[in-house]
Amino acid sequence: MNDKFIQEIDSKELSRLTKDAEKSAAPSAGKILWREFKEDKPALVALVLVVGFILFVIIYSFFINVNDLMKTDIMDYLTPPLQDGFFLGSDTSGRSIFKELVVGSRNSIGIAIGLTLISSTWGIAWGLISGYFGSFIDWTMQRVYDFMMMLPMTMMIIVLVTIIDKYNAVTLTLIFSFFYWLGTSRLIRSRTLSEAKKDYVAASKTSGTSSWKIIFLNILPNISSLIIIDTTLSFAENIGVETGLSYLGFGLPDNTPSLGSLIANANDPNNITQYWWTWLPAALEIIILCLAISYIGQVIRRSADSTQRHSK
Amino acid sequence: MWKVILRRILIMIPEVILLSILVFVLAKMMPGDPFTGSINPRSSPAQIHHLMQINGLYDPWYQQYWNWVVHLFHGDLGQSYQYHEAVSTLIGERAINTLWLSIFTMVLTYLIAIPLGVYAGKNEGKLPDTIIRIYTYVTFCIPFFVILVVGLWIFGYVLNWFPTTGSISATSNGFFSGLGSRLYHMILPGLLGALFGTVNIVQYLRSEVIDAKHSDYVKTARAKGVPEKKIYKNHILRNSLLPIAAFGGYSITGLLNGSIFTESIFSYPGMGLLFINSISYRDYTVITALVLLFGILNLLGTLLSDIILGIVDPRIRIK
Repeated sequence: MNDKFIQEIDSKELSRLTKDAEKSAAPSAGKILWREFKEDKPALVALVLVVGFILFVIIYSFFINVNDLMKTDIMDYLTPPLQDGFFLGSDTSGRSIFKELVVGSRNSIGIAIGLTLISSTWGIAWGLISGYFGSFIDWTMQRVYDFMMMLPMTMMIIVLVTIIDKYNAVTLTLIFSFFYWLGTSRLIRSRTLSEAKKDYVAASKTSGTSSWKIIFLNILPNISSLIIIDTTLSFAENIGVETGLSYLGFGLPDNTPSLGSLIANANDPNNITQYWWTWLPAALEIIILCLAISYIGQVIRRSADSTQRHSK
Repeated sequence: MWKVILRRILIMIPEVILLSILVFVLAKMMPGDPFTGSINPRSSPAQIHHLMQINGLYDPWYQQYWNWVVHLFHGDLGQSYQYHEAVSTLIGERAINTLWLSIFTMVLTYLIAIPLGVYAGKNEGKLPDTIIRIYTYVTFCIPFFVILVVGLWIFGYVLNWFPTTGSISATSNGFFSGLGSRLYHMILPGLLGALFGTVNIVQYLRSEVIDAKHSDYVKTARAKGVPEKKIYKNHILRNSLLPIAAFGGYSITGLLNGSIFTESIFSYPGMGLLFINSISYRDYTVITALVLLFGILNLLGTLLSDIILGIVDPRIRIK
């Protein structure tokens, strides 16, 4: 009787039971996130909008020849929108604003993604090492942090951009990354400090695990939700970094379109009122994009904190 | 407390020295020289060579740095090549404008943020709290320069309510009309800066009020029958508002860094605009002086905030 029972459970029953057990266990982070997005329809719309827009911009800009686009054509001087085949009109050099917008978005978003990846990775590593080892290492790293905090960032970036004679999107991203890891590193450090005092780290230490293994295999996964939230929010912030400097004229070079340099069209008192189409679409695009991205960030933050979840 | 302050100031000294070297070397590495722009058909290369020589621009950088530091301690920041004026007087004029705008913005920020923060905390979880949260979230994530441009367009050009450039109109002389004109020029940039810079204060104050609301001393006061108004005035706000004072130092540094954008968008003749102009003219003396000044002001702002926090919150002092 007993043997028979074991035999029966061994077959399909077992896989079904395992599935049931998995279902009733705590859902994975990805599942919670997906559920949270399904529950919050505006967030889902924002997510689809942002991802769709980024894909559209990347794919469409493959079909645009930037050199052709940036050529001056005096015949098309400041065409209003929806005339002569210009969807969003043209600027003072007769360039299509719509195409500039597409290529500019690709450049600006690309730089923001690169900047977020580099500066977040650096900031996370810095914060983890500084927070975990403490004592002298932490003290030294914090002095470096203090010094960097003192630097007037925008001014330093402008000075560096003027010094480097020939620069492109990659160099620009590296220059920005040099300054924009500070916030992340501070956040991660304070979290690592409290995490390093917990029992599982102590247990791991006493059983002889190496420090690097503890940092990257034990602590890092435990603060991963914080990292995801911080990365999303800093992505929204980083869009403002490059566009802001391009607006001032110290970002991407002149013949490379950027959302910032499009907004800089507004510097001309004539453009800002009469020829609004030269700069307003870019400004609105940045506003909507930043709002959508940080809204997604809020949803991720909510899903990481079980007390705030909308989906139960 | 004095020990803490003294230690902080001692740490500041090497930081400032390091910054000054860094800034000086970077400014020297910038391409071009300050005289290329002033060439006219009559000036020969030999003349420029001579100008470079008497200004000491051919010396090795450490020699130039040393001369600069010696002059710095005599209160001499050098001459601006672009404006043909002493850098200290030049920056002094502009600094007053920046200071006016920063203080104005800061006062407005506090005036807007404190009631909002308290109100949000008071109505935790209710509709006003949600609305205020949405407001802070929207203002937080939009890049500030975009707001300035759009604000300038709507209120400066389309509605024509505010002046679009400058810090004072040329026709206003006399003390009161001058003051009025100054204020009038500052309202739009100041208001935009304040409306979009409240996030930290509102969120901090909100959580402080919520914490205080559930604390034992407030429960005791309520149990004794103290009216709700008095509880807020005498118990909650007294505890929650003090740390907010400490945000002043941090917001000074934020405003200074934002001044580059604010001033170039509104053509407001302050230090930020001076910096942008000096960069395009390779005006080394002005650039180095400004970056150094901003760095030191950043340090002092943070120090000020930390000192206030230390006075207010004894737990920080012990550390």
